[in-house]
Amino acid sequence: MPKPKVAFYWCASCGGCEETVVDLAEDILGVVEKLDIVLWPVAMDFKYADVEAMEDGAIFATLLNGAIRSTEQEQMARLLRRKSRVLVAYGSCACMGGIPSLANGFAREEILKFNYEDAPSVVNGPRTRPQLSFEEEGRKTHLPEQSRVVRSLDQVVDVDYFIPGCPPTPLITKKALAALLGDAPPPKGSVLAPDTALCEECPRKVGKPADLSFAQFRRPHQALLDPEKCLLAQGVVCLGPATRGGCGAQCPAGNMPCTGCFGPTSRVRDQGAKILSSLCANLEAKEAPDIDRVLEGIPDPVGTFYRYGMAKSILRRRVDLNGG
Amino acid sequence: MNPTDKAAAAGTGTPPAAEWTPRIVAFFCNWCTYTAADLAGVSRLKYSPNVRVIRLMCSGRVDPQFILDALSKGADGVLIGGCHPGDCHYVEGNYKMLRRFRLLRRMLSDMGIEPERVRLEWISAAEGDKVKLVINEMSAQLSALGPLNLPGKAKGWDAELTAEREAVHA
Ligand code: SF4
Ligand code: SF4
Ligand code: FES
Repeated sequence: MPKPKVAFYWCASCGGCEETVVDLAEDILGVVEKLDIVLWPVAMDFKYADVEAMEDGAIFATLLNGAIRSTEQEQMARLLRRKSRVLVAYGSCACMGGIPSLANGFAREEILKFNYEDAPSVVNGPRTRPQLSFEEEGRKTHLPEQSRVVRSLDQVVDVDYFIPGCPPTPLITKKALAALLGDAPPPKGSVLAPDTALCEECPRKVGKPADLSFAQFRRPHQALLDPEKCLLAQGVVCLGPATRGGCGAQCPAGNMPCTGCFGPTSRVRDQGAKILSSLCANLEAKEAPDIDRVLEGIPDPVGTFYRYGMAKSILRRRVDLNGG
Repeated sequence: MNPTDKAAAAGTGTPPAAEWTPRIVAFFCNWCTYTAADLAGVSRLKYSPNVRVIRLMCSGRVDPQFILDALSKGADGVLIGGCHPGDCHYVEGNYKMLRRFRLLRRMLSDMGIEPERVRLEWISAAEGDKVKLVINEMSAQLSALGPLNLPGKAKGWDAELTAEREAVHA
């Protein structure tokens, strides 16, 4: 029997997801023996033309990481969708927009201007910006156009499975691959991670009181944290209650609050609104001025609650940017 | 008008400005504001017809997701009515709502939505006239702000997606 063909591809990503695939180390060798890798730009040399030349559906599965925010990424997503029987959104950016989708709080021009002109580390006297095409010695070169809106993969093409995480852990990656290659693949649209809140698997859960009550919020650098007690109970904004488990609660175990990278469980549509709802329910204060004072302890609610998922939030993007 | 705005205006079916009136989604607590709205009706107090009332058992049941959902599906404003402080049937529900509302307002303004579009009022079962006052005031405010039109905006954003092209330039 021929080995199933798989592809790994990256779009707007930091490279961390690719690391996880590499981190499978010996395990990946076992995987590679069973698989025929037909595209993996980070590690092996293939040309897009090779992919275009394949028959539609020739690839068994593509694991695509990164958000979609350029014409090239959109076209590659469409191409790989067509060539693959199974398309997997791999990692928080492909699943929910990830950190790159925090750019949905800004107009494209603001972003370009900052990065090519105003950032303190930029030296760019002539204010050169990337051009979509230019000609040199009779050869025309094209660059992709940056889109105005950052998108998750499923906001561009049909997606079969989602593997969350920033990055996904080697363990859930291995489990997911085994499930995909097994005889009874999970139903289409599944998120290949547990559908329970992170608190369920957090070692600090034992110390989490049934009735939380916040008099103030503290950020991790503002306090010496008890290494065993639930972080929320210590007034630190931990997104565990509104986040899907599966990571093994690595951050709380390392004395840092969960920042929400696995996204919400299936019962939550908007992770940010959900954590807002649960945090606010448990404030002590009852009068607006006192409430506002406590909430000042969360200086950037949008960046905190939608750190990995602005693209998939209900609003998707700052709404007053008009054409920008 | 740039192409994205044009697409937004074309895609929505938003009526021309002259015919447009604001749409308000109202979440009213069963024990107070909903009864008050009923009373307003029975007493034939005229309030602006732009409001769609949804009855909930308590303002504490208003999940912030409902508010975002209403706005994203085309509401120009969301009104929440609950029992006065100390009078909530479930003791704490209205305080929970107040706290959520305070943070949601900040979040909405960071997302480019005018805070006036979401309003929280305590209205007891006896205050039919207050229902009228608040709704009329809010619809005047929203008329001044103009349409929020999030469905149209989303269509405009997605107009940038390219049709599938055969060649990929890298
Ligand atoms: S530390 Fe965070 S993840 Fe752990 S139990 Fe507390 S809230 Fe949940
Ligand atoms: S604890 Fe939260 S932020 Fe940390 S890896 Fe797990 S899901 Fe991601
Ligand atoms: S019962 Fe009316 S606000 Fe709770």
